[in-house]
Formats: sequence, structure tokens, C-alpha cells
Amino acid sequence: MAHAPEHSTNRPEILDRVNPAELPRSKLILNDRGFHWITDKVCGIVEEPTPLWWKVTFVAALFIASFTGAGLFYLVSTGTGTWGLRSPVGWGWAIVNFVFWVGIGHAGTLISAILCLLRQKWRTSINRAAEAMTIFAVMCAGIFPLFHVGRVWFAWWLFPLPNQNGIWPQFRSPLEWDVFAVSTYFTVSTLFWYMGMVPDLGAIRDRAKTWWRKAFYSVLALGWRGGNRQWSNFEMAYLLLAGLSTPLVLSVHTIVSFDFAVSNVPGWHTTIFPPYFVAGAIFSGFAMVLTLMLPLRAIYRLHDVINQYHIDNMCKIILATGTMVGYAYATEFFIAAYSGNAYEKFAFVNRAFGQYAWAYWIMVSCNVITPQLFWFKKIRENHSLVWIICLFVNVGMWFERFVITVTSLANDYLPSSWGYYSPTIVDIFTFFGTFGFFSVLFLLFVRFLPLLPMAEVKMVAPQADPHAH
Amino acid sequence: MNERNESIHGVACTFRSPSDVFHAAEKVRDAGWKSWDVHTPFPIHGMDQAMGLPRSKVPRLTLLGGVTGFITGCLLTWFMNSYDYPLVVGGKPFWSPIFPFPVMYECTILFAAFGTFFGQFILNRLPRHHHPLFDLPQFARTSDDTFMIVLEARDKNFHLDESRNFLLSLGGQEITVIRE
Repeated sequence: MAHAPEHSTNRPEILDRVNPAELPRSKLILNDRGFHWITDKVCGIVEEPTPLWWKVTFVAALFIASFTGAGLFYLVSTGTGTWGLRSPVGWGWAIVNFVFWVGIGHAGTLISAILCLLRQKWRTSINRAAEAMTIFAVMCAGIFPLFHVGRVWFAWWLFPLPNQNGIWPQFRSPLEWDVFAVSTYFTVSTLFWYMGMVPDLGAIRDRAKTWWRKAFYSVLALGWRGGNRQWSNFEMAYLLLAGLSTPLVLSVHTIVSFDFAVSNVPGWHTTIFPPYFVAGAIFSGFAMVLTLMLPLRAIYRLHDVINQYHIDNMCKIILATGTMVGYAYATEFFIAAYSGNAYEKFAFVNRAFGQYAWAYWIMVSCNVITPQLFWFKKIRENHSLVWIICLFVNVGMWFERFVITVTSLANDYLPSSWGYYSPTIVDIFTFFGTFGFFSVLFLLFVRFLPLLPMAEVKMVAPQADPHAH
Repeated sequence: MNERNESIHGVACTFRSPSDVFHAAEKVRDAGWKSWDVHTPFPIHGMDQAMGLPRSKVPRLTLLGGVTGFITGCLLTWFMNSYDYPLVVGGKPFWSPIFPFPVMYECTILFAAFGTFFGQFILNRLPRHHHPLFDLPQFARTSDDTFMIVLEARDKNFHLDESRNFLLSLGGQEITVIRE
């Protein structure tokens, strides 16, 4: 330690008098696990024979996913009338589910990109799984607008491709911005995820015993050799992708909120939407990260690398963003009252006390009240309770999108055209099945790809510091 | 140089800890080596300076991608909504830099990400599935917990026996000659 003696000579005198408390940094890796332990642990997940729980869950997930298949098959073969959409509510579950799933994805990018720029070392052990969650959640989200277009075989008209009508997409529409935002988000997240995984795929390749395993991981690892000349470019590219993903993730949910905010519907036409949607997205996404990571941590005994410090941090982010979301709900009410616009005022009073009041209060209790429990250390340390609270947050955030979408449309300007929206069984099937679709993809990821970024976890281990002795 | 054998790729030497390999790398750099590398399971903080590597060139490709993306976004929206099929929406101008800005923004990020991703692999000369190092049994452990310095035969400092002794003097553990 070349710096230590300098430090002690330059130590300000005041420190001797006030006698400051020692505040040790929380350990990221418990029990002094070494590099080899990390490799063994992570590669072991991929190398072990397929466990029974995996097989059972995979079959169950496939079964649940078939509901989406059935829902979509019935929709396409019969017509969009099979969804609960009719005047005045032309946007129902499809948009609710789309915003819900895209929002879930945002925590993955927050962990991989924003926390990377902020040098939050604790992100390393949850980073890979959270990014996988992002990609699969965006895939689930994409299903809904794709089929909402009605004639799904013309969905490619959304893209700037020449078609037989000789006309192009209309770039003044927020829905068209969404096409660009979500497809860019999916592509960039996938590139970022894959690039970060290449060195770890190389590590699995180097341990492979059977030829097919060797071949599979060799192809995926692209011949990575881990030379510092490669790491130097890799780290620069990683930092740049993090820097690019940060404005990207903020723009994606901003543009999703533009789908609403750019319209003239009371309750939608508000400038608070972009920041409020982004906070909500991170809130729901972190809840989903914990929902997935807590069981995985228990199954694979990852307690040394995903420890209480990580869980505490995630709970605190949920608490912070949940409080922001609660603040946004209050601001919406205040601005509606302050605006002097009768329709705007009505829209908010109607949300809380109108025909959808039940949905509104589910939303408030799940999103604003439940996360406040994370103020208490005892609760953050009770992982079953953390898991249950996260489920509540997921439910609450789904209801938030439902409240925003449906209450505004069902009761807008003219009372004569008001209505009550309910989903049909086809809506319910399609949405229910996406959880299966998501689980199928996530289980395949757990089984075949490195669940934790080994190189990054090793990097934050104390023995990785070349100046340590 | 004089004893240089065409079938030899270089000499490899393993090290036990990040700090051992870090200090060894500093000495290799000071000895004036150009064709050599340090293989590690993870990027070691400060190794670029210890090896005397220049700053990575990936940002240039990112910038190139970003500029291309921005121009693509501008041209795409202008061509489609203003030139090829002028679209009247609310009597507003056919094209302005304001309304399609989200499209231009996303295109900038998308192409900059392509520049970064493909740039990184191009600069790293990947994919490359055959490399003399892959034949080395010890090499497989450099993705686990072993650190390795490889001195390549094409460097002008390379001399089989001297380079071997040089690596031993740096505190290396196991020295192997890498054949092509």
C-alpha cells in the first residue's frame, strides 16, 4: 500500500479530536470466496445435470405460455372484437400490458447501465440476470402492440419499409416514435447483454468436457482470450454502451408516456408523465428483479455473492421510487385542481371515487403504502416478506397502468358516451400466458448461460486489487 | 531474434495473483516489449498503464456510428414525410427537426451502439476460433483464477532462452513455449 503512509501524515488534526467512527464498507462477497469458487459456482449451474425443479417449472411455464398462444390464435382467426375493446375504451389491456412489461424491463438497464456509470459495485452480481429480465420483458411487451394493430400480418407497415401502398410511416405520431424507441431498446439491450457475457462464455468453454458443450460455447464466446489488449477495448465499449443505454432507457419510457401525454384526453395530457413513468418503471422493475433473484439465490445457494447488502440496496431503491410514484400521484391531483380545467379535475376525482375506484385504491395501497415497509431493517431482512411485498408492487404497477389507460377513456368529455370497460377471457388468456412465455425464456437463460457475470464479480473481490497485499 | 523459430508463437508464463502479474507487466513494459499480452480472468484495474497501452480506439467508432445514426434519422424522416410522399398533418410544415426528434434520437443511439459493439469486436480481431494459445493446457485456467503473460516471438526482443529467463526473473510460476 503505497498510499497508506502519505495518508497518515496528511491526516487532519481535527480527526484526532473528534475521533470519528470507523464505517467499514459492506462486503460484496462474503466468506472471503476466491476467484475459483466464483467460477465453480457460476459454471456449476450450467454444468450440473438438469435439476428436477427446473424440469417441472419449465413444463409448467410452457403450459402457461400456451395460454398466450391460444389467446392470440383465437384473436387472429376470429377478429379484434374478441378483445374487450369498444367505444369509448379503444385502449384496454393490450396497452396496459405493454406498458407493464416494458416498465419491468427498465430495472435491468438501470442496474446494467446507470449503476455502472455511478460506480455502484454491488450491481455486479445481479446485473446479468436483470439484463436478461429486460430483454425477455421487452419481448413480452412487444406482443401486445404487435397484435393490437388488428391485422398482424401488416404489422411491418410500422417500420420504414417500402410497401405496396407507396406511403410511409407518419413520424408525427408518438406511436411511431414508440416503434423506434422499443426496437432500439431491445436491440441495444441485447447487444449490451451479449457483449458482457462473452468473457464468461469463454470461461464456460475453457472448462467444457463434452464436445457439444465445447462447440456450443466456443461459437458463442467468439474466441475470447481475455488478453488485456482485449479487455482494454472491452471495458471501453462496456462503458460506452452503459453511457448510451442510460439516455436510451430514459427516452424509452418517456416516449411510452408520450403515447398518452401527447393526446388531448383529460388525465393523460400532463407534463409530469415522462418522469413519473420512468420512476414507476424502475420501481416495478426492481420489484421483479427481487421476485426472480430471491428464489434463484435460495436454489443455487448464492448467499455469498447476493447478500443482505444487495437486498437492502434494492429494497431501498424500491422505497425511493415508490415514494416518488406516490408523490407523482399527489402532484397529479394538485395540478388538476390548480389547472381550473373542469374536465381535468373530474378525471382525477373520478379516478379515486368513480366507477374504477377499486382499481385506484389497489394501486395506491400496493404502490405507495406497501413499499413504506422497507423503512424497517427487520422487514428487509425477512426475505419471504420482501418477496411478498415485491409481488404487491408488481400488482400495483399493473393497476397503475390500468387506472391511467381505462379511467381516462371510459369517462372523458361527453357523459353520453361514457362506458365501462372489462376485459374478455381472450384478454385474460393472452396476458396470463405472457408470464409463462417470460418464465420459459428466463429458465432457458438460467440453464444455459452464465447467471452471474463471473468476470465482474471477480473484479470487485478484494483480492482483485493489484495493490492489495 | 537470431534464433527465432517460425513455428514458435511465443513464451507463456503463469502468475498466481493480480498483484504479481501487475508488477511483472510493469517490468515487461519497461524492458521495451511491444508484442505481448497479459491474460486475466477479469480486467485488472490499472493494467492498461502497467502495460503502457494507449487509450482504446472504440470511442471513435462510437462517434462514427452516432453521427451516421443522426444523419440517417434526419434523412429518413425528411425523405419519407416530406420528399417522397409529402404528408399533410394539421397544416404543419412537412419536415422540421422538432417533431421527428425522437426518431433521430433513437437512430443516433442505435447506430452508436452498433459502432461500439462491432467496433469492439473488430478492434479485438474477434471472432477468431483458432489461436495457438488455445492449445496450451494452462491457458484454460486464465479464465478462472490464473494470470498469464505471453511474450510473442514476433517482438524484436524475443529470444527463446533469454525471454524464458526474463519471465522467471519476474516471479513467474510455470513457463511454456507456445507452438504455432
